[in-house]
Amino acid sequence: MSTHLVEVIITSKAGVRDPEGETIHKHLILKKGYSAITSVRTGKYLLMTVNTNSAEEALKIVKEACEKLRIYNPIVHDIEVRLRA
Amino acid sequence: MPKIAIVKFPGTNCDEDVKHVLVNVVGLEAEIVWYKEFSVNKWDAIILPGGFSYGDWLRAGAIAARTQAVDELVEARDRGVPVLGICNGFQILVEAGLLPGALLYNDVGRFVCKWIRTVVERPRGPWLALVRDGQVLDMPVAHAEGRYYVDEETYISTLLKSPVLKYLQGFNPNGSIHNVAGVGSEDGVVFGLMPHPERASEELLVPRGFSPGGRVIFESIAHSLKRGW
Repeated sequence: MSTHLVEVIITSKAGVRDPEGETIHKHLILKKGYSAITSVRTGKYLLMTVNTNSAEEALKIVKEACEKLRIYNPIVHDIEVRLRA
Repeated sequence: MPKIAIVKFPGTNCDEDVKHVLVNVVGLEAEIVWYKEFSVNKWDAIILPGGFSYGDWLRAGAIAARTQAVDELVEARDRGVPVLGICNGFQILVEAGLLPGALLYNDVGRFVCKWIRTVVERPRGPWLALVRDGQVLDMPVAHAEGRYYVDEETYISTLLKSPVLKYLQGFNPNGSIHNVAGVGSEDGVVFGLMPHPERASEELLVPRGFSPGGRVIFESIAHSLKRGW
């Protein structure tokens, strides 16, 4: 058994407006001249500490919890589950 | 005498207001029930009032939606027991999948508290029994996560067949798609809305230029239950 750090990143789907991201982009980033940055999307970040035998198992458990407990809302969100580097 | 349960979660704060209107304005019996003590079979109708259940953490309504109390609402719906969700209660019903769509952060990026004007389309079921199609209802909103979202396919296949409450042109406070302020199940037994009908049920609380549009919702449930819904 070992400890794994698993990251969960929740962002709005393409097509679902993100007013916070739009404001950061338009009123801060573009205003200060960083025109190479073409969009900003905000989201929610969860870091989970998981005790399992393998990293694959840790990812599987976190993915299952995110689906079953609706940690993200599939109607409006995309989710990324990955091991912390 | 029909009895209505007002389910209280940690952070719910509109329970007393709803009880006041049910008891003192439309003459029903109502009780505030702590979510852990709630059981569906004792009640003739169920209301999830507004507030900030679980501090709006994760997403408004997301944590309350996974409690045993809300699991039991599925049973209530299947048995035809009327369920109403107001504001955070609506968010809980949507998160629980009892009503379609999702409620996102307001497009203005902040909490909005103001009186708005809505119109009812396809009134149906116990909560809208006394409402005419196209009737205008004035009520206040008070929320940060009230931007209704639903994909176009679901809008056409589900919402256009269900009772829907819409913000009138110029009154959409949060960027809701198709101006949706509230939505019901197809038969209207389950209904949810972002505006607060309990704050719009008495003349005394209504600002100039508006009328108490929430009252008819409570009068409707009183009417429906007394006729044996």
